[in-house]
Amino acid sequence: MQKINSNHLLKVDGLSVSFVTRNGIARAVEDISFTVDRGKTTAIIGESGSGKSVSCYSLLGLIPTPPGKIDSGSAIFDGQDLLRLSDERLRSIRGRRISMIFQDPMTCLNPFMTIGKQLAEPLICHQRLRRGQARDLSIELLREVGIREPEVTIDCFPHEFSGGMRQRVMIAMALINEPELLIADEPTTALDVTIQAQMLSLITELQNKRDLGVIFISHDLSVVSDFADDVIVMQKGRIVESGDRSSILGSPTHPYTKKLLSAIPRGGKAVSSVRGDDPLVQVKNLNTWFSSARYRTPIRAVSNVSFSILPGEVVGLVGESGSGKSTLGRSIVQLIKPTSGSVKFADLELTKLSNSSMKHQRRFMQIIFQDPFASLNPRMTVFDTLAEPMHLHKIVENKDVTSAVFKIMNDVGLTRSSVRKYPHEFSGGQRQRIAIGRALAVRPKFIVADEPVSALDVTIQSQVLTLIQELIDEYGLTMLFISHDLSVIRKISDRILIMHKGSIVEEGSSSKIFEHPENDYTRALIDAIPGRKLQVS
Amino acid sequence: MIRFVVVRIFQALPVILAVITATFFLIRMAPGGPFDSEKAVMPEVKAALEAQYKLDRPILDQYFSYLADLGEGDFGPSFKYPGRSVNELIAAGMPVTAELGFYALIFAVIVGGLSGVIASLHPNTWRDHLPMTFAMIGICVPSFLLGPSLMLLFGVHLDWFPVSGWGDIPGDKVLPSITLGAAYAAYVSRLSRAGMLEVLSQDYIRTARAKGLSEWRVITQHALRGGLMPLVAFLGPAFAGLLSGSFVVETIFQVPGLGRFYVQAAFNRDYTMILGTTIFLSTLIVIFNLMSDVLAAWMNPRLRSELFNYD
Repeated sequence: MQKINSNHLLKVDGLSVSFVTRNGIARAVEDISFTVDRGKTTAIIGESGSGKSVSCYSLLGLIPTPPGKIDSGSAIFDGQDLLRLSDERLRSIRGRRISMIFQDPMTCLNPFMTIGKQLAEPLICHQRLRRGQARDLSIELLREVGIREPEVTIDCFPHEFSGGMRQRVMIAMALINEPELLIADEPTTALDVTIQAQMLSLITELQNKRDLGVIFISHDLSVVSDFADDVIVMQKGRIVESGDRSSILGSPTHPYTKKLLSAIPRGGKAVSSVRGDDPLVQVKNLNTWFSSARYRTPIRAVSNVSFSILPGEVVGLVGESGSGKSTLGRSIVQLIKPTSGSVKFADLELTKLSNSSMKHQRRFMQIIFQDPFASLNPRMTVFDTLAEPMHLHKIVENKDVTSAVFKIMNDVGLTRSSVRKYPHEFSGGQRQRIAIGRALAVRPKFIVADEPVSALDVTIQSQVLTLIQELIDEYGLTMLFISHDLSVIRKISDRILIMHKGSIVEEGSSSKIFEHPENDYTRALIDAIPGRKLQVS
Repeated sequence: MIRFVVVRIFQALPVILAVITATFFLIRMAPGGPFDSEKAVMPEVKAALEAQYKLDRPILDQYFSYLADLGEGDFGPSFKYPGRSVNELIAAGMPVTAELGFYALIFAVIVGGLSGVIASLHPNTWRDHLPMTFAMIGICVPSFLLGPSLMLLFGVHLDWFPVSGWGDIPGDKVLPSITLGAAYAAYVSRLSRAGMLEVLSQDYIRTARAKGLSEWRVITQHALRGGLMPLVAFLGPAFAGLLSGSFVVETIFQVPGLGRFYVQAAFNRDYTMILGTTIFLSTLIVIFNLMSDVLAAWMNPRLRSELFNYD
């Protein structure tokens, strides 16, 4: 082991980074050390705010200084200390020998520049290639990362690409100068599971071909469990545990690592909560089409969908982005008017109701949205948010509103003292608790939960999932649970619907779907679940 | 693209008609008339004048006959400059006002744009605070104070530029252009600072830095285009504002532009002249707004493909 240590590709030692804030000095990273070897992957795991991104950005001089400041440490790359290089020397390494991929491919490409121009930039800037040469190389690389017809698409703008394609472009851009080290900062977090699986295999394939050292930053241990060589677990700016993959995954010693491992959703729902055989919600031949000025034919977001939900049942709806699952959820609760078909709620035909009688029915059906940052009114306190629907639907007497609000806050795990706080004072997980509380405030029978945990870190995700499960039992809820993540769906649902391109392609109990999938698309989804080894063990 | 422009023009027509109607009836409600003056005019003379300009007819009648003339592009005769039509007066004053507005706009874009971009690159340092302080002053100080101050300093004390006239002595166009452009330079400066700060915090700027590009390239190639979008959208309304708001500066510096005619017409109750200038300027405002919208759409690839490729 000692021999290998002498020729690490990158050796970070005792790195500390702090930020000057209004409330004093915040230590973002404290005394961290790790190494990366050629052809190997070092994964840095931790939740948001743990300092995992800051530590890598500071290696390349990408944190703003001030307010950021590198307090101590060294980062030896090819005999030189990155932290002590001049700006110009560092720039000649950045994008040439060490390059980066970022989390959100939607915002990381310049919307005003063609893909080709952005790809060629590192070549022109570092290797002084001519435009024509750079273009030829770019086309070649685009083909290698799996972009179809690169000769044509190279002149497209980013908005003409899907998220997965943009991330492929980002990867191509990072690899175009054949770097020795790649820093990938949550490169798949913003992507669907199936696309995520494609990206991960693309990165590992390119890594093997080019003997590339990789630092892979993620909040999700299961994502890296298939391919990381070394795993570093960070919490609050410090490394709490590190080692090779098998020891971290097999015998974690630090409680935080154990918590991360246990947060990975696995297994199915233990006890079914279904009561009765008369469906509470019945959807028949539902179609929701959108007309668009750009295309002659309407977009068939939901196409001829039929299914039913029994009282007390939790039905999971799975599909990738663009499959129409959110549109289906919103069409059921009539937030979007369906084009045709029928939605029955306790024998009442919702599609034919007038707006005012539908308003009355909303008391019984609620929706929880994905993004707790965007779906709460920033100018309303928790109390106002929770009390408003109670007033609106006259759920309780005015004098009892306060106690009813406290009861809900207690149920969703918020302390009484935060009742006068505004949404921005809460973390993502707490905000989602508020959003869930708002849905529960009218004591509904049926809830559509639209990706309620997708925007959350794994550990928070597992807490919120557990909470939802408890609330289903306590409130006797019936639920349509929408997610792109099969393992989340499996944990919470009695029955699973697989949606693909606007239609339901497979339906069945979760054990049937997982053990005997019939549809090819279902099989692809199951194969795409990261860390399957972990799930089995 | 063509459809977009045509639709926008048709949307503007009712606006312009509303402007015509409102102006027509509002000036009639103002006390006095074009042929009232301190000197008593003989009633017969006044009646004859009013008959000549159709002012004796019912007001609705006058309104519709004005609209009919307008349909043929005729703004009618001026009441105060006998023998000259409003068309001629606008044609005489407009080029001067347009030239003044153009120089003022150039001044505003160059001075405001540069100082805004420099401020955005060094936020919360003296290079930010200094231009922003000037911008604040520029917005607050009215042109009737700025104009005479510049005259005193550069015209009288330093004797660099002439203090009045237009096109007679070399350099006499400098002070009026700066006076008119100063407030707009201040707006442009604040707009481009805000736009650049917004863009510089975007993820794709971080991507550009991670590629190892020099800071100069990051700013010129990646940040400027997005950062100056708000400025482009502002250019149309700004130019229209410069044209219609130049009368104070024109009066201070004795510039023979449209603005002075406009103000005089209002004092004189020169009905057709007021109407003609108002309609002319409001049409220009609509056109310049449309032009800057099209330009802004052209600069944004996403809007460009929607507007220009799918007609």
